Amino acid sequence: MSVSNLRAGWVGRSIRRLEDPALVTGRGRFSGDLGAAHWLRFVRSPVAAGRIDRLTGLPHALVVTAADLVDVKPIRPMLHAFEYRPVDQTVLASEVVRFVGEPIAAVVAASAAAAEDLADRVEVEIAPTPAVIDARDALAAGAPRVHSGVAENVLVNAFIETPGFDHERLAAHRRVRVEIRSRRQNATPLETRCAHAAYDPVTDRITLTCATQMPHLLRTAIADLLGMPESQLRVIAPDVGGGFGQKMSLPPEYVVLVWLARKLRSSVAWTEDRRENLIAAFHSRDQMICLEGDFDARGKLLALAADVVANLGAYSCFPTTGGVEPLMAMAELPGPYGIRAYRCRARGVLTHTCPAAPYRGVSRPVITLAIERLMDEAATQFGLEPAEIRHRNLIDRFPHRSVTGLVFDAASYRETLQLAASAIDVAAFRARQRAARARGQFLGLGLATFSERTGYGTPAFAARGMEITPGWETVVVSMDPSGFVEARIGASPHGQGLRTTLAQIIADEVGVAPEAISIVHGDTDRTPYGWGTFASRSLVIAGGACTLAARKVRLKLTRIASHLLETAADDIVLEDGIARVAGTDRSVPIANLARAAYHRIPQFGGDIEPGLTENATYDPEGTFSNACHAAIVELDPETGAVRVEKFLVAEDAGRLINPMIVDGQIHGGVAQGIANALFEEIVYDEAGNILTGTLADYLPPTARDLPPIELHHLETLSPATLTGAKGLGEGGTIGAPAAILNAINDALSPFGVSIDEVPATPQRIRAALRTVLKGRP
Amino acid sequence: MTNRIALSLTINGRDYPICVEPRRTLADAIREDCGQTGTHVGCEHGVCGACTVIVDGEPVRSCLMFAVQAAGRSIRTVEGLAQGDVLHPLQRAFMTHHGLQCGFCTPGFLMLVVGVLEREPDIEIDALVDILSSNLCRCTGYQNIIKAVLAAAAEMRGATA
Repeated sequence: MSVSNLRAGWVGRSIRRLEDPALVTGRGRFSGDLGAAHWLRFVRSPVAAGRIDRLTGLPHALVVTAADLVDVKPIRPMLHAFEYRPVDQTVLASEVVRFVGEPIAAVVAASAAAAEDLADRVEVEIAPTPAVIDARDALAAGAPRVHSGVAENVLVNAFIETPGFDHERLAAHRRVRVEIRSRRQNATPLETRCAHAAYDPVTDRITLTCATQMPHLLRTAIADLLGMPESQLRVIAPDVGGGFGQKMSLPPEYVVLVWLARKLRSSVAWTEDRRENLIAAFHSRDQMICLEGDFDARGKLLALAADVVANLGAYSCFPTTGGVEPLMAMAELPGPYGIRAYRCRARGVLTHTCPAAPYRGVSRPVITLAIERLMDEAATQFGLEPAEIRHRNLIDRFPHRSVTGLVFDAASYRETLQLAASAIDVAAFRARQRAARARGQFLGLGLATFSERTGYGTPAFAARGMEITPGWETVVVSMDPSGFVEARIGASPHGQGLRTTLAQIIADEVGVAPEAISIVHGDTDRTPYGWGTFASRSLVIAGGACTLAARKVRLKLTRIASHLLETAADDIVLEDGIARVAGTDRSVPIANLARAAYHRIPQFGGDIEPGLTENATYDPEGTFSNACHAAIVELDPETGAVRVEKFLVAEDAGRLINPMIVDGQIHGGVAQGIANALFEEIVYDEAGNILTGTLADYLPPTARDLPPIELHHLETLSPATLTGAKGLGEGGTIGAPAAILNAINDALSPFGVSIDEVPATPQRIRAALRTVLKGRP
Repeated sequence: MTNRIALSLTINGRDYPICVEPRRTLADAIREDCGQTGTHVGCEHGVCGACTVIVDGEPVRSCLMFAVQAAGRSIRTVEGLAQGDVLHPLQRAFMTHHGLQCGFCTPGFLMLVVGVLEREPDIEIDALVDILSSNLCRCTGYQNIIKAVLAAAAEMRGATA
C-alpha cells in the first residue's frame, strides 16, 4: 500500500480499512456461516400476558421447556441505586408469559427449516390475563402487575433535586413547558442475532460463536447461569453484522443454546429471523418527558424541572438493567446548558412488551429532543433566533461541573453552533423561507446542540450503582521475532473499523506500518478480559490501552537499539520499520531488534528481559464530544410529508484518528437519527400484538430517504484521554431527531400548531394540522 | 416436505449438483448446500436485499427465488466478482470511499450495482439512487455507498469506452 508521508505519523490519516478486503470479497466470517448438527427454533408467546396451562411436546422431537431448565438460574440484573426492584427472567418462560415473542420452548431438528416446521406443531395453551402496554396505563391505580413483586410496575424510581430549587425558580422571568414523546424503536442491525454452540469432546468445552458486542461478559453471564466454570466456555464474536447496542444485552436464547450443546454433546445453531428480531430482540427509546424551564428576562435558563417515564417492557436487560434509559436521562438531561437548579423524577415502568435495552445514543436522542424542543419553544416566546438562545445558554468554561456532578472537559459548544449557523446562513434561509411561504411552500430550519459523553471508565458506571461496573480495557501488544505486531484487545468491534484505527495508533508508537499490525478481538481464548464495544468507548479506552502497551514495546525496542547502535535510547527514532539515531544515517531495521529481543538476549548483559510482549490497562474518567446539527426541511401541509432538503453537522470529537472512518460513523448515526424522527416505530395494538413485524412495516431509511449530509469538524483535543480523541459513535443519532423535529415545527409555525412526538409521520403531522384546518380531510 | 429434487446450480461458472426440497430458497441453497456464504440473508422477505445475486444478468433477491427456479441458469455471487487477486472496480471503490462498515449488507449492494451497471453503464445518478434504495444498509447512511458507486460507474465507463 502506498500512502505518501504527507503528515508525520499514521494518526490523522484516512487510510483504507484493514477490515475491508475480506468483507468485499465475500470472505467475511459471520456466525450464521457455520453449519451445525442441530438447529433450534423457538416457540414464542402469541399473547402479551397469560398463564401457560399446557405445553404439549412432540413424539419424535426434542422440545426443551422451562421444566428442563430448572437448574438454570434466572437472569436477574441488579442495580444498587435509587429504588430498583430486581425482577427475574427465566431463559424460557415458566408458568406465565409477559410479552408477545417471549420464548417458551426450543425445538431441536436437523435443519432450521425442519425445526421451524416442528415448532409450528407444538401446542401451547395459554390463558390470557389482562395486559398493560402503555407506560402511563401501567402506572395507573389498579393496572395489571407485570411482575407480582413490583408494585405499580415501577422497576426503578429516582428523584433528585438541587438545594433551594423552588427558590431559584421564583427568581425566573418566564416558564416554558414542553411534553415530548418518543415512540418505541428497534436498532435493527442487518445481521439478526445468531449463535452457534459446539461441544468439544477432547477438552469438554463449549465454543459459542455468536453475534455479540461483549464476548467476555457474555461468557461470564452464561457460565454463571449454567453453573459452569468460565474456562469451559469460549465465546467468539467473529464478524458481527452491526449491533448498535442490541447485541450488548444478554439474549436468553444464547443460554439455551449453550445448555443444549452441553446436553447433546454436539453442535447447535440458531439464527433469529427478522420477525423475531423485530418483536423480541430488545427495543428502545419508548419515553415520555415533560420539561419545565424557568428563564430569566434575557432568555437564560435558570432552572429545569423534568419528569421522565420510560417504558422498559417486561424484563430488565442484562448487564445495564432497564434503569439505563431513565437514569441516563436524569443524569444528562441538562445537556451542555449551564443551569444551576435542577429537579428530576425518572421512572422506568414495566409493561407487557418486549424488554428495552440500550440502542445507540441510549436515552440521549430522547432527552436531546426534549431540551432542544424546550430551547426552540423558549426562543419563540422570547422572540429570539434559535441559535441566539442557545448561544446565551451554552457552557464555555472548562472543565465545567454540571448540576448533576458530571465534569465536562474542553469542548466547543458555542463554536460548533456558530459554525453550523454560518454554514447554513440563517439570514439567507429566513429570506428564502419567507419567499417560499408567500408561494405556499413551507420550509423549516432546526438546530440541535448537544454533548455526547464517551469513553467513560469505571467511576462513571459505579456512580450509576451498577452491580457490574465496566469501564477499563486491557490490551496486550506483542511484536514477534519477525517484527510483526499483534494487539489483543477485550473490545469487540463490529463495523467501527477498530482494526484499522488501533493499528494506526500502535503504528505511531512502534514505528511499523499499520499493515504489519494485526488487531485480535472477539475471542475469549485469545484476548484479555474486557468489556466489548458499546457506549462510544473503544477508540478512547482500548485506544488508550494500546498507546500505553505499545509505548512499553517502544521503550524496549529503543533500549535494544541503543545497545546495537551504541547510543542513548533517547536518541533513537522508530519509524517506517527502521530504528534510526536521530539526525544521522546510522540505523537498524526494527525486525532485527525484534529478533534480538527473542534470540540474542545474552548480548545485552542482563540489561533487558527477553521477549516483546507488553500489556496495559486504561480506565479514564471520560470525555464529552459535542456537535451542532442543523436541518432544513420542506413540509407539505396537504399530505404531511416531510422532505429533508439539507442536513449539516458541525462536530468536535477531539483528535481524529482516521477522518474517513469518523465521517462514516457520523453519516450512519445521522441516518438512524433522521429515521428516528421520521420513519421508525414499533407499534403495539392495545392487546400487545406487534403490528410492525416486517421491514415493510418497520421502516429503516433507504438511500432515497436521506439527504446528503454535510460535515464540518473542529478538533478540541481532550485533556482527559491519552490520545486526545473523544468517542463519536453515537452523536449522529443523538442530535438528528431534535434537529429534524425543530425544523418541522419551524415549518409548521405559520399554522400555529406544533408536534412533539417522534416519529413525526405524515399521519401525525396531518392530525396536528387538522386541528386548525377545519373542514379539510 | 421431504420430496427432494436433484438439480444443478451454476455459481460463478462452477456446477454444484445438489438435492433440495422444492421449497428451498436460492439463498439457502447457495449458502448451505453450495457453501458459498458470502451471500447474506437479512430479512427473508425481500425487503433488505442483503441476499441479492445476479441470475442470468439480472440482480434478484435470492430469498424470493426457489433454488429449483435457478437450475441451469447462470448465478453470480460476491465470491465471483474479483478476477483472482484483482478486485472488481466496485469492490475497490467500496474500500476507497468507505462504502462499508460491518460489511453484512455489502455483498448484496455489490451484486445489485454490478448487475445494473453492466446493463446500463450510462445510468443517471438519480436513477442509480433509486436502484440503491432497493437495498438496506444500517451502518453507512448510504452517503459513501453512493460515492463509491458513482466512482466505480465512471471507472467502468472509462474501461469500456
